[in-house]
Amino acid sequence: MSQALVSLTIDGVEVTVPVGTKIVDAAKQAGIEIPVFCYHPKLESVGMCRQCLVEIGRPKIDRSTRKIVRDKNGDPVIEFGPKLETSCTTPVGEGWVVLVNSERAIEGRRQVIELILTSHPLDCPICDKGGECPLQNMTMAHGPGKSRFLYEDKMHLAKHVPLGDLIFLDRERCIQCARCIRFQTEIVDDPVIAFSERGRKLEIVTLSEPGFASYFSGNTTDICPVGALTTADFRFGARPWELNATASICPHCAVGCNTMLNTRREARSQGRVVIKRVMPRQNEAVNEIWLCDKGRFAHHFASSEERLARPVIKLKRRGRLTATTWENAVKFVVEGLQAAHGAVLGIAGGRASNEDLYALHRLMDGLGGRAVLHDQMAGGEFVQQAGVGPGTNLADLGSGDCILVVASDLHEEAPIWWLRVKQAAERGAKLIVANARPTRLDAHATHILRYDYGVAAHMILGMLHEINHQKELDQYASAETKKVAKVVSKANNVVVFYGSEGLDYAASHDLAQNCATLLAASGHVGRANNGLVAVWTHSNTQGAWDMGVHPEPGGLAAALKGQKAAYVVAADPAGDEPLLTSLLEQVDFLIVQGLFLTETALAADVVLPAQSFVERDGTYTNGMRRVQRFFPAIAPNEGMRADWEILSAVAAAMGIDSARPSAAAVMQDIAAKNRDYSEVNYPALSRNASQWPHVGGKDIYFGGTAHPNHQGLGVQLTPRVERQKDISFDWAAPRKIAHKPRYLMVPITKLYDRGTTVVQSQVLGPRLEILRLYVNPEDAERLGMIDEGEVEVQWDGRKQRLRSVIDEHVPSGAVLVPRSLGVPLATAVDVKIRPIAL
Amino acid sequence: MFAVELARGMWTTLKSMFEEPVTYQYPEVKRPVRPRFKGRHVLARYKNGLERCIGCALCAAACPASAIFVEASENIDRRRFSPGERYASTYEINLLRCIFCGFCEDACPTEAIVLEHNYEMSFTSRRDAIYTKERLIVPVPPGGDPTPMIVPPGSFDRAIPEMEDPD
Ligand code: SF4
Ligand code: SF4
Ligand code: SF4
Ligand code: SF4
Ligand code: FES
Repeated sequence: MSQALVSLTIDGVEVTVPVGTKIVDAAKQAGIEIPVFCYHPKLESVGMCRQCLVEIGRPKIDRSTRKIVRDKNGDPVIEFGPKLETSCTTPVGEGWVVLVNSERAIEGRRQVIELILTSHPLDCPICDKGGECPLQNMTMAHGPGKSRFLYEDKMHLAKHVPLGDLIFLDRERCIQCARCIRFQTEIVDDPVIAFSERGRKLEIVTLSEPGFASYFSGNTTDICPVGALTTADFRFGARPWELNATASICPHCAVGCNTMLNTRREARSQGRVVIKRVMPRQNEAVNEIWLCDKGRFAHHFASSEERLARPVIKLKRRGRLTATTWENAVKFVVEGLQAAHGAVLGIAGGRASNEDLYALHRLMDGLGGRAVLHDQMAGGEFVQQAGVGPGTNLADLGSGDCILVVASDLHEEAPIWWLRVKQAAERGAKLIVANARPTRLDAHATHILRYDYGVAAHMILGMLHEINHQKELDQYASAETKKVAKVVSKANNVVVFYGSEGLDYAASHDLAQNCATLLAASGHVGRANNGLVAVWTHSNTQGAWDMGVHPEPGGLAAALKGQKAAYVVAADPAGDEPLLTSLLEQVDFLIVQGLFLTETALAADVVLPAQSFVERDGTYTNGMRRVQRFFPAIAPNEGMRADWEILSAVAAAMGIDSARPSAAAVMQDIAAKNRDYSEVNYPALSRNASQWPHVGGKDIYFGGTAHPNHQGLGVQLTPRVERQKDISFDWAAPRKIAHKPRYLMVPITKLYDRGTTVVQSQVLGPRLEILRLYVNPEDAERLGMIDEGEVEVQWDGRKQRLRSVIDEHVPSGAVLVPRSLGVPLATAVDVKIRPIAL
Repeated sequence: MFAVELARGMWTTLKSMFEEPVTYQYPEVKRPVRPRFKGRHVLARYKNGLERCIGCALCAAACPASAIFVEASENIDRRRFSPGERYASTYEINLLRCIFCGFCEDACPTEAIVLEHNYEMSFTSRRDAIYTKERLIVPVPPGGDPTPMIVPPGSFDRAIPEMEDPD
């Protein structure tokens, strides 16, 4: 795409930029700083604060001839307007001359600051923004030393206004730039805060109940150019200059947002170094400069008091856990594993890093056993083959492109992807949302497809029919699939996000396969911005697949059959599925490695305390197959070791492999063994590129307090189709749905569940989901249920009483229950429901 | 020659025996200090007993010796330590590091930290050399209340009262 260019002179520097660029951005690209408050490079300009005033000179046009008037030397005559103009609202023009640092412009901006400061409390000493405050910096750099306004006339306003449970407003500090309001409206489509009143009385109010109900509210504190918005989590936590910063990766979902962990030694925590706040780290291809509130606030689990601190072993007969040394524990593990004679099963969770998973796989291999993933979503191999290629950036998708989201509620499962998919749709990309029930993304969809739970894969086949015209697929086609298939085949670029809502292992496998086939058949694989993305439930599930650790088709119960020993890493199968407890107990020797004394750990013979992601280094591979590195932010408690380190020590003690000295060394092994990772090593992961817009740095007013990325953008893996041209894709023979169950209970994902990594964050407490059973109104009537009534649900010989809520968005025949809130449900099941009379 | 010199020396000795001595018999007698002498710090209070320190850590930022550690918390009207929203829940000065430059005093927006006249500091352990808030803060003035205090809502909502006692 070639864009028309415009040349102009800014403070004597010749700049050439695309048509439509705002002067403020053009100046920035030329290295000339224009101070701004209300302008933000990610938001539409509004010209509300007047801080960006400059002098603009335009070539004089002769009115009669419409030609540019030239002086004797043939140079165009430049005419300056009588007034200063806002550079954030004015797009560049050919031949213009902009004066940023002329005396008049400087004086104009100085007066704007003087005016802004008339109603500012100047309580920088107690302001959380003090030290990284654009207003502070700007006053120092461009402001007057003295004000002509009377100090006594200052407005005194409320300083402690909770806008919700997470964000506080200081009315005095607000300079009314509306960045927060515009962010909520334009970027995340949660218009839950707004201005009320006018002039000096103007204030920000929240319109939602509960207040400021948005999954992205924390970002407003980053872009607010003053300390008017502060988070409940960090409030008065420390001064910004006292914090250390360590690059990390958010461990909460498959997006893999880049973060910066701000740490400080804390007297309140007995002098330990703790995480004070999590800040976004710029990665324009992943999270831009945003984080969702879960990533920002759910970090407290890492510094929990409940963390395991020493290895413990249980001598079977006595049945009590006793603390021991690492040497003893490893010896004990080695003996237990030897006694199993190869009948061992490794069980890992999708939270373990690539290094951990590789080390587990290596150990199990050496023992003659195998390692499996504790998950019920499948399809990782199709992502390896037909994933999105290097250079992919959702920000590049727009008009002429297409995104298909199937069986996933992105807003709850991967908030930042939701945000970026929504923005692509706003730029003109066709957005097809297919799910059994309405989700938030529907509001931005160009096409909405509904199917019955369980048959998502069939619907993709219907679309495929339109492309390959195979007769067998005839039965799946409908007018709707025809229509959207046309959209897919016509699009320049297509990205497919598939999830697992209501799908078990087999059904999600079929869905992934059919999506990959659809992409291949329509020619949308093997290049940037095209391919398949899995919306996994954990941060490194893709990495697990890549390390050769995947779920078993028959589930863990089948995999455990006949095993003498099991080695569980970063997973709690017994907690997630109580039926597995007895199976795990039947294993002769159970080793559990993790952060907390989980249900599974209680059944174990050895419990080994692992380091969390903040205490060690390692890598995660996100759903788009970008391998990203996290760094140690906090010195671990002596008793804890990294998962890969423990596994490598056990492997060494058993003579399987020599012990590895570092996570980087394990990554070298991975690169040597795994073709997909051959380019991956720690130095490569730390490579950088310059990104737009600039954030952090000394021009903090421009992009906000998100951290610039100096620690690496990661490496996006090349999908196999790009390397192996002979890969072919075929659709999966659709499975018959045996019978239409009367009621199908479907676990759905909510962002704020009550998993161990979330509940430890008290700030999120009021926002956590409450366990409810969501029922369709017609079904409720048939069952004789009332809203907010109590019901008894029965399945697989289990019973549970639940509070029910009638919700018209629930498809009839299904009842929905949020995951990780107390109903141990991995995948959809048939249930019997009986209302309980009160 | 020698005898003359000797006599002169003896005379000086004899003379000084009758002069008033310049040395003080410390610790029985203590030398008074000048008003601007910089001795050990204290944390001041307002007349009503509220702590002046608002936990801003500017003193810690200004300190060239990194001797000060401040950790702040939030005031509520039912548990108020200082005016405004913020107070120092932890305040420590390591007097082994302090060079008594007084920069902390200069940096303080509320005149909370003051280098007073006490120079009698000797420690038998490093830990003793760390003065905590409890050791630094002055006693509650007569008529004032101890902190934390319970105050009517909204009565002290300015952190930096214009440098006078907020009554
Ligand atoms: S709260 Fe901050 S971002 Fe919002 S209008 Fe006020 S100054 Fe601007
Ligand atoms: S979107 Fe996912 S990875 Fe990003 S901050 Fe939120 S939970 Fe973390
Ligand atoms: S007097 Fe100087 S060295 Fe001592 S605590 Fe204050 S600023 Fe630091
Ligand atoms: S003594 Fe003064 S400068 Fe130091 S934290 Fe307290 S108020 Fe701030
Ligand atoms: S008016 Fe241009 S930055 Fe506010």
